[in-house]
Amino acid sequence: MDLTLKIWRQKNTSSAGKMVDYKVTGISGDMSFLEMIDVLNNDLVEKGEDPVAFDHDCREGICGMCSMYINGEAHGPDRGVTTCQLHMRKFKNGDTIYIEPFRAKAFPVIKDLVVDRGAFDRIMAAGGFVSVNTSGNTMDANALPIPKDDADEAFDAATCIGCGACVATCKNASAMLFVSAKVSQLALLPQGKVEAERRVLSMVEQMDKEGFGNCTNTGACEVECPKGISLTNIARMNREYLKASLTYSEK
Amino acid sequence: MALINSSILRKIVMALSGLFLISFLALHLTINLFTLISADLFNEASHFMATNWIIQLMQYVLAIGFVLHIAMGIQLTLQNKKARPSAYAMNKAAANSGWSSRNMIVTGLLVLFFLIVHLKNYFWVLKFGDMPYSSDYELVVKLFENPLYTLLYVFAFVLLGFHLDHGFQSAFQSVGINHSKYTPAIKWLGRAFAVVVTLGFSLISLFFYFSSLSN
Ligand code: HEM
Ligand code: SF4
Ligand code: FES
Repeated sequence: MDLTLKIWRQKNTSSAGKMVDYKVTGISGDMSFLEMIDVLNNDLVEKGEDPVAFDHDCREGICGMCSMYINGEAHGPDRGVTTCQLHMRKFKNGDTIYIEPFRAKAFPVIKDLVVDRGAFDRIMAAGGFVSVNTSGNTMDANALPIPKDDADEAFDAATCIGCGACVATCKNASAMLFVSAKVSQLALLPQGKVEAERRVLSMVEQMDKEGFGNCTNTGACEVECPKGISLTNIARMNREYLKASLTYSEK
Repeated sequence: MALINSSILRKIVMALSGLFLISFLALHLTINLFTLISADLFNEASHFMATNWIIQLMQYVLAIGFVLHIAMGIQLTLQNKKARPSAYAMNKAAANSGWSSRNMIVTGLLVLFFLIVHLKNYFWVLKFGDMPYSSDYELVVKLFENPLYTLLYVFAFVLLGFHLDHGFQSAFQSVGINHSKYTPAIKWLGRAFAVVVTLGFSLISLFFYFSSLSN
């Protein structure tokens, strides 16, 4: 199929960007969205033009790098997929496709479609871990029984790949779904419970510092999340946060 | 004007003040519906509200609730605008979220505008003005002889309905209540409450407007 692409081009963080039109031809429905961009970039390189910069790594939906806002939705029109898992058969011959970077004050554009999601790393560094020494004295997994339901919920939360689609989609650019998934995955397990109060307080503090917006429960994040992270995690984080603000005393 | 610095605590204050305002609405609607039953009953209820000391005390709590809710709502919206400085060229918000959830500040501010008019119409007249009528009931009757007021009131109740449809269930999520069994019931209850509030208040305004026509 032949397509018209409107792509955000921006030289660097400080320059102003703009939408630029491109044509691609001979796209197969079996290609992934990123392979379609590869075709475009091959053309651009052959013409001696600057190829479109975009993030990608695994190309199988596990690294969370392939941030693109496609036709007004994070990772495009399909549900439960990242951009690399989006097939071109979701589009029709002659379609016009808007391709933009994830937009948020906390995710500055580095170049074209590449954004800096370091804010997520700093939130993780603020408390998204368990302080146990595992080198050389790893505990046997079966020595600490965990109820199946808790393990399942923790696992569901842990499938968050930190892609940032929740932030990109949210009208408030709020990071609550991401942070709540990370808070939950640890708070649900006995190893993580020990530091649960300090963790939720410092991760939320860092989240606010990074300039993400306030959650207004529109639920858009849950719909667009490639991993189906649930809003119940946000409610859990709110509970944990309220409890910790009232009872946590050490500073 | 950072009243509260934590995003989550701010939302919890909004939720609790919102739920308090909801309980006030339920009481207000109940009393207003008395107008449809009998003028005496309404006058009596209205007199009770104006003289009972607990209600008089609660008036101040209510005012604080409104101020907190509105101030936090405006602050939250301004922060949220700042969190996305450049807009998308193409954004399909309707693909993943409801209209009422995306327009809380719009419905909220319009309800605020209505509230000011409404306070001037009733509260101000009863408390500080020279009351031109013999009873509270008559004040209600006279106001809705005016089609513009009737229209404004009904319009405001529809907006309030949208505000409540999202707000009711949102408040529970904000304070951390989300449950696979109860959340669907909370959403249903919120929608039912929004419909009852919109229809109930509108019915009263329209009833008096159309009664005035037939007199
Ligand atoms: C009788 C009047 C009102 C009632 C019953 C009411 C109720 C609510 C409730 C229950 C919420 C949800 C809180 C949460 O999710 O934590 C809410 C949110 C909100 N309200 Fe109101 N409200 C009223 C008036 C207003 C007014 C006058 C404004 C004007 C600024 C306003 C602005 C907002 C905003 C901006 C939100 C935030 C949206 C969100 O977080 O979901 N509200 N309201
Ligand atoms: S919660 Fe979902 S959308 Fe947000 S970062 Fe994690 S995987 Fe991506
Ligand atoms: S490239 Fe890894 S998730 Fe898409």
